[in-house]
Amino acid sequence: MAAVAAGAAAAPAFKAGLFDPPRQAPDFSLQGTDGHELRMSRYRGKVVLLAFGYSSCTAVCPITLATLAAARRELGPAAADVQVLYVTVDPERDVPARLEAFLHNFDATFIGGTGTPQQLAGVRQDYGISAQKLVTRDGYAYSHSSFTYLIDRGGRIRALMPYGHSPEDYVNDLKILLKE
Amino acid sequence: MRPRSAALVTIAAITAAVLAWSGFAPIHIASRNEVFVIPKGTWARRMSGDKVEILPDHIRLTLGLRDILVLRNRDDVPQIFGPTLMMPGQSFSLPFAQASEYTFNCTAHVSGQMTIIVEPYPASPWARVRWRARKLLSELHEPVGTS
Repeated sequence: MAAVAAGAAAAPAFKAGLFDPPRQAPDFSLQGTDGHELRMSRYRGKVVLLAFGYSSCTAVCPITLATLAAARRELGPAAADVQVLYVTVDPERDVPARLEAFLHNFDATFIGGTGTPQQLAGVRQDYGISAQKLVTRDGYAYSHSSFTYLIDRGGRIRALMPYGHSPEDYVNDLKILLKE
Repeated sequence: MRPRSAALVTIAAITAAVLAWSGFAPIHIASRNEVFVIPKGTWARRMSGDKVEILPDHIRLTLGLRDILVLRNRDDVPQIFGPTLMMPGQSFSLPFAQASEYTFNCTAHVSGQMTIIVEPYPASPWARVRWRARKLLSELHEPVGTS
């Protein structure tokens, strides 16, 4: 009984959903908001939080990005090893300058990615992301996947955090991944 | 006591005993996982026009008892299953810690959405009775694809 309890205590408890076995995060080449080519493989050695959305999103994205920014603040110096990547589903409006301005409202270290509609569709397919354009009274909006991937230092997709989790939940999981 | 009255008293006593046990006995479960599996050959069956339903539109979980959703892709091709893309042979375990209703995009459903209802731990006797009754019913009607 004690051994079972000790074993349970030793196993890190993620708040996010876990993949078993984890797969390698597909690489991509997009236009980064930092002025460089945005490649997933460029962040090998860091823990990556990968989210998809668009700067005109009024429902999901601001909350997700504010949560990720709060988690980084809570991590303190360890946040230097955490990179948030945000890939747009709306290349029509999300030119790099606009995407960068949007992301910097939350955290200046966040990097956005954009590209041609075909490039972005390919990335979404590789990561199982849905994005559906909806006509609205003011123009259009997107219904899109709202979760965030947690990618470890080895570039493997380890976990998926559904929308709505707290910064503390992210901090919990990031600490586990950062220790590895 | 007449035989008919005796039978009624016996039935009432048994019912009361079952209700008392259901309401007050602690709940023991072997696993907190609610498992759904995409069986091998699902993609081929879909390609041949067979409508294969793996995930129900609504999944009901209970905190502390059955609060980890486990999805397994045993097919030979990647599948969008629940909220995520899963490779062949891959599993995805999603724990829940708050009672609420969760909606995920899910291309496996005609509606495009999957709803997970997470209920609080059945702390009261009446809640335990309801939980046990629902479990019994779900075991009697276990859908194809679960294990």
